[in-house]
Amino acid sequence: MSTDQITAKRVSTNSASTKHISVKRYLPDTSTETYWQEYDLPVDDSTSLLDALNHIKEQLDSTLSYRWSCRMAICGSCGVMVNGIPKLGCKTFLRDYEGDIRIEPLSHFPVQRDLVVDMAIFLEHLAAVKPYLIGDNPVKPYDPKAPETYQQTPEQLARYKQFANCINCGLCYSACPQFGLNPEFLGPAALTLAHRYNLDSRDNGKKARMAELNRHDGVWSCTFVGFCSKVCPKHVDPAAAVNQGKVEAAKHTLIALFKG
Amino acid sequence: MQQRDFDIVIVGGGGAGLRAAIGAAEQAKGQGTPQRIALLSKVYPMRSHTVAAEGGAAAVTSEEDTHQAHFDDTVSGGDWLVEQGVVDYFVHHAYQELVQMERWGCPWSRKDDGQVQVRRFGGMKTARTWFAADKTGFHMLHTLFQTSLKYPEIERFDEYFVLDLAVHEGAVIGVIALQIATGELTLLRAKAVVLATGGAGRLFRFNTNAGIVTGDGMAMAYRHGVALRDMEFVQYHPTGLPGSGILITEACRGEGGILLNKDGYRYLQDYGLGPETPLGKPENKYMELGPRDKLSQAFWQEQQAGRTGKFGDSDVVYLDLRHLGEKYILERLPFICELAKAYINVDPVKEPIPIRPAVHYTMGGIETNPQCETSIAGLYAAGECASVGLHGANRLGSNSLTELLVFGRLAGEQASKRAAQTEWADERLLEAQGDRQQAKLLRLCDGTDSAESWVELKHAMVQAMESGCGIYRTEEGMRHSLDTMRQLRTRFNKVRINDTSKIFNTELLECLELECGLDIAEASCLGALERRESRGAHQRLDEEMQKRDDVNYLKHSQVFYQGDAHAELRWQDVDARFSAPAERAYGDAGKGEKV
Repeated sequence: MSTDQITAKRVSTNSASTKHISVKRYLPDTSTETYWQEYDLPVDDSTSLLDALNHIKEQLDSTLSYRWSCRMAICGSCGVMVNGIPKLGCKTFLRDYEGDIRIEPLSHFPVQRDLVVDMAIFLEHLAAVKPYLIGDNPVKPYDPKAPETYQQTPEQLARYKQFANCINCGLCYSACPQFGLNPEFLGPAALTLAHRYNLDSRDNGKKARMAELNRHDGVWSCTFVGFCSKVCPKHVDPAAAVNQGKVEAAKHTLIALFKG
Repeated sequence: MQQRDFDIVIVGGGGAGLRAAIGAAEQAKGQGTPQRIALLSKVYPMRSHTVAAEGGAAAVTSEEDTHQAHFDDTVSGGDWLVEQGVVDYFVHHAYQELVQMERWGCPWSRKDDGQVQVRRFGGMKTARTWFAADKTGFHMLHTLFQTSLKYPEIERFDEYFVLDLAVHEGAVIGVIALQIATGELTLLRAKAVVLATGGAGRLFRFNTNAGIVTGDGMAMAYRHGVALRDMEFVQYHPTGLPGSGILITEACRGEGGILLNKDGYRYLQDYGLGPETPLGKPENKYMELGPRDKLSQAFWQEQQAGRTGKFGDSDVVYLDLRHLGEKYILERLPFICELAKAYINVDPVKEPIPIRPAVHYTMGGIETNPQCETSIAGLYAAGECASVGLHGANRLGSNSLTELLVFGRLAGEQASKRAAQTEWADERLLEAQGDRQQAKLLRLCDGTDSAESWVELKHAMVQAMESGCGIYRTEEGMRHSLDTMRQLRTRFNKVRINDTSKIFNTELLECLELECGLDIAEASCLGALERRESRGAHQRLDEEMQKRDDVNYLKHSQVFYQGDAHAELRWQDVDARFSAPAERAYGDAGKGEKV
């Protein structure tokens, strides 16, 4: 097989041009006001928004602050609003934008500085749903005399696997109008994580989690807008998880009712 | 300055740090000595670079496999520059750690009968690599992070940048950390400290690593007199995406992917890895399942011979998965498909992926004994930042995720035992060291004009590392890189930063990371220059040095910090108690080696 064709096809894709982006700045040391700052940058077909921010940081303005790390859409650090839509900076490419590009910090979180938001409430919500295997007994530590794993068939794995792919980037919280109104709402990622463990054949913790899930700030705050699933960069589909969670919560209430 | 007291402080919230925290908590429970554990990380734990590991974690699993076989693979993979007692401990504790991960909920991929599935990996005699699709590190990290939430005795300090260790009379007494959100310093007094701060791939321009992989923990220990060991051994992963260096997992080849040069020829058969294995029938330790050092070196040779293709400005070869079929590719390698499509617009189901080697892993690091303790009492290190002696001159793929667990746990347990028998030091000692750090920060941000640009220095560092300490090295190139690092270290004293804000000052962090990088880059260059032989990932083109020289260099390099003066190098004997150095043989040359 010759690879010459592929080579030829790819070589000519890098046409450099200039793009203009506006970044919302907030420097609480100096002012309580936010303002827009404009930057012109050289870009080519491969330039991601994160590449652009790094270019600004190193070449144009070293005071711009933002989070980033893996640059391959798996660490979840670099969420920002791009023209009003929550996106990962590293997986957003400037080639896909005509005209103005406006960058703001993720919505619905307190802004610490520039594009950096306070994720503390998000972390609290994750911890609240007991996101770990809960057994009838505490999970046994490894016993060298009986080094056994649980059995789990590919079908059992497939039931929850998609919901285990959340990278905790928080985009779904910025997309969620309910979280915007009420930060106490556990929100899409935490509810999805709870659902992931509830669906795991190795887990017996559904009852323990239900106290958190089956309340106003749990699944019942979701009004099924579904924007969370649209913005999810990993196709986790939190809206599906939350609504399956509602069914579970309703069942739990009914059962409790009949049991008196 | 805020001051807090903990029994154990763990620096780094990746796989090793989290496993150490849980290990310490369990150990404390077992001893009946309640202990407070602080877990500090410059990022939220789930952002740590463990998250980007893809392929899997190795442990002897099948009935036909043996500990001896995993030991032999690791020792020869490391070109005999390993601590054999450590490898022996590792292979015997690997399986139980992966089982423990399973019992904590890690979504390992499964066989139809519900048992954990294993896949082939490079340099391993048999399939022994556990995996969770091609996001193994991601799932391990999240499982560990989520499990750590069960332990109220673990208190997290997310987005705290540790500036320095506090050391008094040869023992660690705490750490000094900067709270990134406020710019305030916090003193954490401790009876034991575990460093789990990751590698230093960002010393190089073209790498697979996250931006945070800057070697800070290595520099911290080094500046307090702990040796950095075997720092000349830097792993080039053979398959990174052109342009970015984003990792394309070795599991692609474990599952049957093949490497082609621009003529569509499987060139690895020309480099001691053949004969060619049939398409779709990968064989352990043959062809594409050779070790990473040999594969990256083969790329370089093909490049010199003009048989590489082009992708943009990059010389590339091609990783072809198409014969595996769409269903299998999407089941086993979904993340690879996502990455190739997003970052280079190639669908691996339909086209070969252009790839090239990229710096991936730091084999060397903070020297520890087999119990993870450094030469400073109470200071432990585990994971990529450490040199416990597992990887030698070349790490085998899928040994490092297991390493995080085996040695993360061990370091945590050791720290807990030590803390149970130790008292806190006088807090005034810590305050004095805190004041020194504060003064240093004030100097960097004193508002005077910068005579030197940290951006320029950083670019000079990564360029010099790449040009002088790449896949093949020469005396002249390494000498130039070493001289460059020494000049850059001097120039760094004139760096000032523009951003005088206290809140989330990432320019300050970049500068501090660069300063760490320059210190350890000098150690890496010095080790490389002084090792006048070729072994594993350290290959020299100089005459008389193109072969391994066990007479003179079956020794670890140890580099010691000397402040503003040049670093010093010593040699240390290798623990070769079980297996005498032999020829590393792959392909048919290694035939007859049985499990």
